[in-house]
Amino acid sequence: MMSRLIRTLILLLLASGPMAMSTAQDISGDDMRSLDGQVQEIKSDVLSIASDLSNLEERLLYPSNTQVAVFVSVAADDKFRLDAVKIEINGELATHHIYSFKELEALQKGGVQRVYTGNLPTGDHQLSVTMIGKLKNGTEFNETGNFSFAKGVEPKALGITLADPGLGKSGIQVGDW
Amino acid sequence: MGRAPFSGIGLLLFASLALSPSRSDELKDLYFGEALYYAHQGYFFEALERLDTEVKQHDELDEPELDTLYYHIDAAEFSLGDFELRYRMHHRAGRAITAVLEGAVDEIVRNDAAYRLARIHFQKGQMADAMRALERIDGKIPESIRDDIDFLRANIYLAEGKPAASVDVLKRLQNSKNFGGFASYNLGIAYLQDGQRQAALEQLDRAGQVATDDPAELAIRDKSNLVLGTILLEDGEFDNAMPFLNRVRLDGPFSNQALLSAGWASLSAEKYERAVVPWGILARREVTDGATQEAMLALPYAYGKLDVHGRAAVHYGRALDAFGAEVDKLDQSIESIREGRFLQALIREEIRKDKDWVIHLRALPETPETYYLMELLATHDFQTGLQNYLDLADLRRKLHSWQASFDSFDDMVDIRHDHYEPLLSVVDTQFRELDSRMRLRIEQHKMLVKRRDDLLTTPRPEFLATREEQAVLAQIEHIETQLKGAESPFEGSLLQRTHRLKGMLMWTLETEYHDRLTRFDQNLRGLDNAMAVLQQQYDQYVRVRQAATHSFEGYEMPVSRLRARVSVSAQKVELLMARQGHVLEVVAINELMARRGRLESYRDKARFALADSYDRATQAQARSDEP
Repeated sequence: MMSRLIRTLILLLLASGPMAMSTAQDISGDDMRSLDGQVQEIKSDVLSIASDLSNLEERLLYPSNTQVAVFVSVAADDKFRLDAVKIEINGELATHHIYSFKELEALQKGGVQRVYTGNLPTGDHQLSVTMIGKLKNGTEFNETGNFSFAKGVEPKALGITLADPGLGKSGIQVGDW
Repeated sequence: MGRAPFSGIGLLLFASLALSPSRSDELKDLYFGEALYYAHQGYFFEALERLDTEVKQHDELDEPELDTLYYHIDAAEFSLGDFELRYRMHHRAGRAITAVLEGAVDEIVRNDAAYRLARIHFQKGQMADAMRALERIDGKIPESIRDDIDFLRANIYLAEGKPAASVDVLKRLQNSKNFGGFASYNLGIAYLQDGQRQAALEQLDRAGQVATDDPAELAIRDKSNLVLGTILLEDGEFDNAMPFLNRVRLDGPFSNQALLSAGWASLSAEKYERAVVPWGILARREVTDGATQEAMLALPYAYGKLDVHGRAAVHYGRALDAFGAEVDKLDQSIESIREGRFLQALIREEIRKDKDWVIHLRALPETPETYYLMELLATHDFQTGLQNYLDLADLRRKLHSWQASFDSFDDMVDIRHDHYEPLLSVVDTQFRELDSRMRLRIEQHKMLVKRRDDLLTTPRPEFLATREEQAVLAQIEHIETQLKGAESPFEGSLLQRTHRLKGMLMWTLETEYHDRLTRFDQNLRGLDNAMAVLQQQYDQYVRVRQAATHSFEGYEMPVSRLRARVSVSAQKVELLMARQGHVLEVVAINELMARRGRLESYRDKARFALADSYDRATQAQARSDEP
């Protein structure tokens, strides 16, 4: 009976898997595992290089006595939409960043973005932070906060926490780290 | 008929790993937060690079409790293992998670680590190790992974051939929010493996009726119905199989297989006209699909059974044309892969930005092979190889960009050297002169401080005499010495006068001693402040001087070493990419050749059946023409 013949043939083909009819060359599971192990090794090597390279870059470009890094995070449970951030130091634009959905989601999950790294001499400086976004109710907002900070001889890390600017409170907080 | 179709059913393992620390914890270390920022976006290389460096720096500290990472070190080490796992570095992930397990960590963290270690072993097919890791879970379990642990345990039991044990665990998961649908299906499979056919059928029936609008659960519901229908079909219960096959959605991922099986169920029950309906639908679908190709042969066969040989011949003819075209397409695809176009398409940036990029590969005109590789692309081994290839391509991009940056480093260092070197020699000469003067003043200051401190414990009024008073006192003492050896008749009265003068002076010194000491102390304090400013300026100069030197000195060796390491790694990556790419190409070509072999076989059958149908149609025509 042809139907039985066809079905048997088809089931055999289906059950035999994708590599059953390999012709000239076969790849063994051991080959695949060995290759996978080597890929893991090279990943480890390149990670180590990346780490050393970052340290070298930091030493070369941002020496510890002048280094200033600015980090951005969003307050827990605040579901406002952050569109962009602008950072000015001593009246000059340091950086601005427009957030993608993925980046905003990463911030909302507790990630902290290093938005700027630069060099400043020791002493007092002015930081201006502007955030642009949309509130839960759809209202667009644009808020700026001005802060002072002192740069010492050690690297300076400034943590900016952005929150829903509603309810009359400031949505921008800056802390020393 | 055997159980071959179930070899492909497989078990469903629902992956959900949570990142630490949780959002509600207060983050004290910005750099850990930065690693999380990358990890939450799926950039695990960047996340690992940052967190690895941060953890290493923390470990090297003499007083780690003063470091901000101290508050998160357990979570950070745990996350390292997690990121490594997600970056498909199972060897390192296993080591990192084992280290967490063996460290003095919180019970919840340890249990979470044990679960993740078990997952690694499970993915590597090491079931005994996976179960041992799960057995280390004791005490408080994080709520978020409670069901995950049970689901994994059930799957390990199934993989170990202990379906009865799996049944017990899966029963508990039937109302799980995350695993309800999956556990329901897996329970049916567990019953089946345990030989409890009736229980399996009832369970799959339940799993096939789950009310949900979640796409994943809808798919598993379809799969439950398809499996149940197929079991009944294989057991000859054709009519009973139909309702379950009909439950499978027409637009779901198991629709084609369900339509095919529905056709076979009707045909086997000798209800040929009913078999024509699902096969008719299926035969018009995407021709590269295996079920569609089978339906293209089965449909005319059913028409033949209905004695509609003319229509059967038409469909066999269509099938013959389609199979021929597909064989040609497969030949082109095999050639295309051999020319390297498949690998080129895989690493195209714009394709990979979309999460459904594998699907979109099909739309690329230059990669016809991907039409036939969808099933292959979904297999674990091929996925591992493919991900490795893509990871290697990313590493290659990184390494090439680093290679280019070394020249910039060299330029930067040279420019700084040329700028600072002539300046520094002049500055250093001036500084040496100032430095010696400053050291002298520092010594003088130290001496004065010592004197003040001595005067506080042992009062010495003469030490606070003014310059004039000191001169007068010295003159009086000189006169006294002279008078003592003079043998003059006025000696007595003169000595008396000098004593009186000395007494007056000493009176002043004694009575004004405290005021003078106070003024001395005040002046010294003023000097302390001036010395502190001086020291500050001195330190600042030294730092700036050091920074100037450090901006161009000491880079040659590290840059040169890094350049060499990058170069060696780039070569290794090229080699591994070539090998991994070759493996992917070979596997893909093997798959396409298998599909071509099957299509050629179908084509032969279609050709034979077409001739047969013409004969029968002709004979039927002749019979009908007979008076």
